Amino acid sequence: MTESDIGVRKALRGVAVSPGIVIGKARLVDRSKVKIFYQYLLGDDQLNREIERFEEAARTTEDQLNAIKNGMPEQLKGHSFILDSHLMILKDSMLHDATIQRISKEKINAEWALKKSLEEIRWAFNQVDDEYISNRVNDVENVVERILRNLSGDEQQSLSHINERVIIVAHELSPGDTSELNPSKVMGFITDAGGRTSHAAIIAQALQIPVVVGLESATKVVGEGDLLIVDGNSGEVIINPDDEVIIEYQEKHLRHEKYKSSIARVSHLPAITLDGHPIVIKANMEFLEEVTAAREHGSEGIGLYRTEFLYLKSKELPSEEELFQDYREVAEIIAPEPVTIRTLDLGADKFASRHEIDREANPALGLRAIRFCLKEPEIFKRQLRAILRASFYGRVQLMFPMISGLQELLDAKEIMGQVKDELNRENIEYDHSIKVGIMIEIPSAVTMAEILAQHVDFFSIGTNDLIQYALAIDRVNEHVAYMYQPFHPALIRMIRQVVNAARDAGISVSVCGEMAGDPFCVCILLSLGINELSMNARAIPIIKKIIRTISIEEARADFENVMRLSTAKEVQAHVSNRMKSLVPELAEKGYFEGWDYLLD
Amino acid sequence: MIRMELCKKIKIMNDLGLHARAAARIVGLGKQYKSQLFLKKGDREADGASILSILTLSCPKGTEIEARIMGEDSEAFMERLSQLLERGFEESR
Repeated sequence: MTESDIGVRKALRGVAVSPGIVIGKARLVDRSKVKIFYQYLLGDDQLNREIERFEEAARTTEDQLNAIKNGMPEQLKGHSFILDSHLMILKDSMLHDATIQRISKEKINAEWALKKSLEEIRWAFNQVDDEYISNRVNDVENVVERILRNLSGDEQQSLSHINERVIIVAHELSPGDTSELNPSKVMGFITDAGGRTSHAAIIAQALQIPVVVGLESATKVVGEGDLLIVDGNSGEVIINPDDEVIIEYQEKHLRHEKYKSSIARVSHLPAITLDGHPIVIKANMEFLEEVTAAREHGSEGIGLYRTEFLYLKSKELPSEEELFQDYREVAEIIAPEPVTIRTLDLGADKFASRHEIDREANPALGLRAIRFCLKEPEIFKRQLRAILRASFYGRVQLMFPMISGLQELLDAKEIMGQVKDELNRENIEYDHSIKVGIMIEIPSAVTMAEILAQHVDFFSIGTNDLIQYALAIDRVNEHVAYMYQPFHPALIRMIRQVVNAARDAGISVSVCGEMAGDPFCVCILLSLGINELSMNARAIPIIKKIIRTISIEEARADFENVMRLSTAKEVQAHVSNRMKSLVPELAEKGYFEGWDYLLD
Repeated sequence: MIRMELCKKIKIMNDLGLHARAAARIVGLGKQYKSQLFLKKGDREADGASILSILTLSCPKGTEIEARIMGEDSEAFMERLSQLLERGFEESR
């Protein structure tokens, strides 16, 4: 491979973590400059000030646009229309008035409200078939970007202020980095490090931008300004492609978009198998804003609410009130459907500033999640209080992560009992029959499932971590990312053991890892006796469609065949073949280049 | 105050349909009048003062829309709007 010859086609292959195809210019980013884009709730007394802050930023934006327009050189005057339309968009009721209404009604900060308005406008433009018109959403994004920049003062360096449409190339992006990426500007990103289930990947999916990680040498091979094609479906990154390749990828992109809209139309209907078994489909979420997407995509509740974001976004620990408001809002929006809130799943390293904990050599095996919470009961109690208080306002379930054995579960329940006593003493209302469950993600918990099932209301199998711990792979280590194998026969046997234990104890069991939203895994999970799946909201339409083509009886019969296979490769080939016979129209259309292709 | 409401069916004549420039012209025209304009296509109605609302109504060439104008100077507004739309925004293509 000649790396320096511009125009010579070069390609890298990594791990595709967030689907879609983009073509754009590379922007190399030194991630040390990054700040977080804050979202916060306001008190009633702050609303007017926040509206004024937004108006002020809008006025500044207007002045800037006028200044640019007036300063245009003579030969460009013909293009001033674009600035006129931006000025019009700036004052448009769908943007300006809607944002002010959001600030005062939803009591959220201007940036957040503006972003929400943009989302709604973007949604409206998405409905338009005419590409010429739907592309105009770029102008709206331009204006919003400008307002956002003015709202934040002079933080020009942060990733949220990249004001060109670019593909970010970085060694690695932290969850904080990716959560501040402005999806209206950043077309996609590629990184040297990272694996399929790294948090950055999860956030990228929420942002709905194509991402390929684990490329190892992207920051060395790609130059600033290179033209890139990022295929978030196959994991391929092409550097300086020729016209033919660009056209090929544009066609791929269009085909994908068409297919997606055809399945989205029936996603609100329940998922019932051919032989009449209903399967419960829920959504995973991390940010408050995702609740609406979950509903829109036809989910029947939130099966996993990751609660880390509030702890990561600020240096200070979030207050009980802040946590409570957040959980309450999710519970209220999703009601009457349930939300399962997972308690803190962070490592002690995230709290290093407050707690003098040495840097761990193996954080994934270290003091994190429930272990950390049990060691820091005050932090744990604060969150439990907030969750319990929120349970009064909807259907809340509580879930402990990283349980490795019975003692931890009993200790966690003991602390929860203390918190309940406190609330009782203070006459604070909560759901006294709140359901408590655990994540099954450590191999020892699989082995102990039979015993653990006696003490909880439900199990949720976190396949991401379970695969990592069972197969001994570091999920962000690019050298072993390929070993992340959902079809490993060991994993299939582990899931079966958990399902059997749950069934014998009469408790429910769901899968909430990425496997749940993987079209190729559905059939196997159903055949194992799983009847509840929780996934990235965007996967719901395709998963529902596939479930409607499956007969549980047949799937169970086929499972006997799967159990006779002894390598992940064999299982994968078997599943691939089966999928082709189950959903032939998918196969015909050539969508089997990678299952991610089926998702947004 | 005289409160008048006028309705008129108009066919979009210009090649590009109600794209950004055309929508901006409509919004700009509306600013010269006190009356309010609504554009209806099928069962959806767009606010004639909002460029985003008009754009997302999605009206390619040949679309039949209904313009509804409410207010005291609705007649004059309707006349100018019809002219603009019927002449295809005087696009030279």
